[in-house]
Amino acid sequence: MNVETTDTPLVWLDHISKHFGEGETRVDALKDVSLQVFPGQLVALLGPSGSGKTTLLNVIGCILDPSSGSMELDGELVVRDGCWLRRDLRRLRLDKIGFIFQFHNLLPFLDATDNVALVLQLAGADRASAHKRAVELLDYLEVGHRQNAMPAKLSGGEAQRVAIARALANRPRIILADEPTAALDSKRAQIAMDLLRKVAIEQDAAIIAVTHDEKIFDRFDRIFQLRDGELDTR
Amino acid sequence: MNLAYRDARHGLGRFLLTCLGLGLLLGVVMAMIGIYRGLVVEALTVARAPAIDLWVVEANTRGPFAEASRIPGDLREAIARIAGVAAAGSITYQTVEARYRGAKLRLYVIGYEPTRPGGPPEIVQGRGIARSHYEMVADRAAGLGLGDRVLLGRSTFTIVGLTRNQVSSGGDPAVYITLPDAQKLQFDIAPPAQRVQSARGTDAVSRDTVNTVVARLQPGASVDATANTIQRWKHLSAITQEAQEAILYKSLVDLARRQIGLFTSLLLVVSAVIIALIIYTMTMEKLKQIATLKLIGASDRTIIGMIVQQALALGLIGFAVGVAFIVSIKDYFPRRVVLESDNVLVLGLVVFVVCLLSSGLGVRAALKVDPATALGG
Repeated sequence: MNVETTDTPLVWLDHISKHFGEGETRVDALKDVSLQVFPGQLVALLGPSGSGKTTLLNVIGCILDPSSGSMELDGELVVRDGCWLRRDLRRLRLDKIGFIFQFHNLLPFLDATDNVALVLQLAGADRASAHKRAVELLDYLEVGHRQNAMPAKLSGGEAQRVAIARALANRPRIILADEPTAALDSKRAQIAMDLLRKVAIEQDAAIIAVTHDEKIFDRFDRIFQLRDGELDTR
Repeated sequence: MNLAYRDARHGLGRFLLTCLGLGLLLGVVMAMIGIYRGLVVEALTVARAPAIDLWVVEANTRGPFAEASRIPGDLREAIARIAGVAAAGSITYQTVEARYRGAKLRLYVIGYEPTRPGGPPEIVQGRGIARSHYEMVADRAAGLGLGDRVLLGRSTFTIVGLTRNQVSSGGDPAVYITLPDAQKLQFDIAPPAQRVQSARGTDAVSRDTVNTVVARLQPGASVDATANTIQRWKHLSAITQEAQEAILYKSLVDLARRQIGLFTSLLLVVSAVIIALIIYTMTMEKLKQIATLKLIGASDRTIIGMIVQQALALGLIGFAVGVAFIVSIKDYFPRRVVLESDNVLVLGLVVFVVCLLSSGLGVRAALKVDPATALGG
C-alpha cells in the first residue's frame, strides 16, 4: 500500500553521515543518507548485519550524534551540519518519538497500564490523567481487558500491543520500531502490522521499522535497503 | 510513580531475603560491638560496685585488679580517721572454683564488711548478708538460687540474696561473703600444712590481710589531697577511682578490647563491601530496564532516585532486621552484650553512608548505560 502525500515530511534527513573512529580505524556507518518520511507512511529499513540500520535508527531516535548533515523531526530542525540544535535530547525523544522494541521491553515490575502511564508521567502528566489515557490507549489497541496484567502474564501479541500503546502515549508523530514482529508468530505479526497501519493513519504518524521479517515486507509503503552505510530505495 | 517501590514489590521475596541476609550480617556486627562494649563494662563493673573514691593498696602496686596487693585489714581504721574520709572498708578479691550440682562453677569471691563500703550495689532478690558467717550474695549469672548451698574451701555457704550484672573482668560471676569468711578462704591453709607451720613456729602470723581498703570521701573533700595524705605512708599507694578505671581499661581488657575492636572494624569493612556488591549487582541486573527507561525519556534523576531509594530501603530494612535479631538473642550470650543506643545509632549512620556510597557505584554504572542498548536483541 502506498500513501501519496504532499505533507511536510515528519522525518527529513539531509546528507546525514556517521563515522566511528579516525584514521585507519575509521568506520563509516552511514554515508550521505538522505531520507524523507511523511505522515501516515510505514517505512522499512532492510539490510544485512553491520549495514547501518541500527545506526540510522539511533540517529533518528536522537540517541546517536550524526557526524555531518542535517535532520528535521516533525517540522523542527534538530541537527544542522552534524550539531544538535537542542540540548535536551531526552525531552526531544519524549515529545516527538515513540519506540517499539524487538522484545517489547516492558518494565517487568509495572502492570500494563502503568507501563503506558509511566511515559506520560515522565512527560509531566499527573497520575490520574496518565492512568486515564493509558487505559484509553490499551482499549484502542484492544488489550484493555489486560490492563492490570503484569508483562510476564501477557502473551507475545498482548505485550507488543502494550508496547505500541506505550510508544503512542505522548502522541508522538514519529514511531521507531526495532524488529517489531521478531518475537511474534506470523499471524500475530500480521495483526501487529495492521495495528501499526491503523496508528499511522489515525494518528497521522510516520513509522520507521528495522526488520528482517520477509512476511511483512508487503505491508510497508516504502522499503529502504542499507548497504555499507548507503541507502537504496527498493 | 515510585519505581524503586514497584521494583522491590515485584520481586518482594527476593528483596526481603536480601534484606534478611544483610540484617543477619549487621546483627553480627552489632553483636561484636555489643561484646566489645560488654567487655569494657564488665571490666569496670566490680571496680564501680562499691561506689567509692579511693583505693588504698600495697605500695608500688596497681592493685587490687591489675596486680596483687596485700595490706593489713585493720588499716581501714587508720584510713577512716583521715580528714575528709566518710567511710572505709576492707575488701578481698579472689577467684575460686566450686562444684555445684555436679558441675564446675568459677566464682569471683568478694569479701567485705557488711556495715562498710564494698558490698553488692543492689540486691534484686532475697536480702543482704545479715550474719557474720556462711551467708552469700551471688550474681544471677552464677545460676544459683536463694537457699542453695555452695561449698567454698572447707565452708558451706547459703545463698541469701541475688544481685545482677556483677562479674569480674574475666566474666566470672561475683559472689559476696563476709570479710572473715573470705580471709579464711583465701589465707587459711590445709590442716597438714598448718601442722608444718606450727612446728616451724610461724603459725602465729595474723591472717587479717586484705587486698585493698576502699574509702568514700565526704562531700567537698579533695580526692587528690586525701590520696597525697595516704601516700605519705611509704607502705601504701592510693589510687583514685578514675585512675583505677583507667588501669582496668588499659591493663586488663586492652588487648581483648583491641582484638575485638579490630575484628569489628574488619567485619564492618566486609559488610560495607557486601552491601556495595548487593546494590551494584541489583543495578547491573536492571541495565536493560534502565536503558529502556532512558530511551522512553526518563531523566537521570528518575534513575538515580530509583537506585538510591532501593539502596537506602535495603539498608534500613536490613538494619532493622539486624537490631531485632541481636536484641532477641543478646541475653543468650555467655558474657554480657551491651547494646548502647549511641553505638546502634552510629552503626545506623554507617550503614546509611555505606548504602549511599554503594548506590553511587550503581548510579555510575546506570548513568553510563547507552539508551541504544535497549534497541536490538
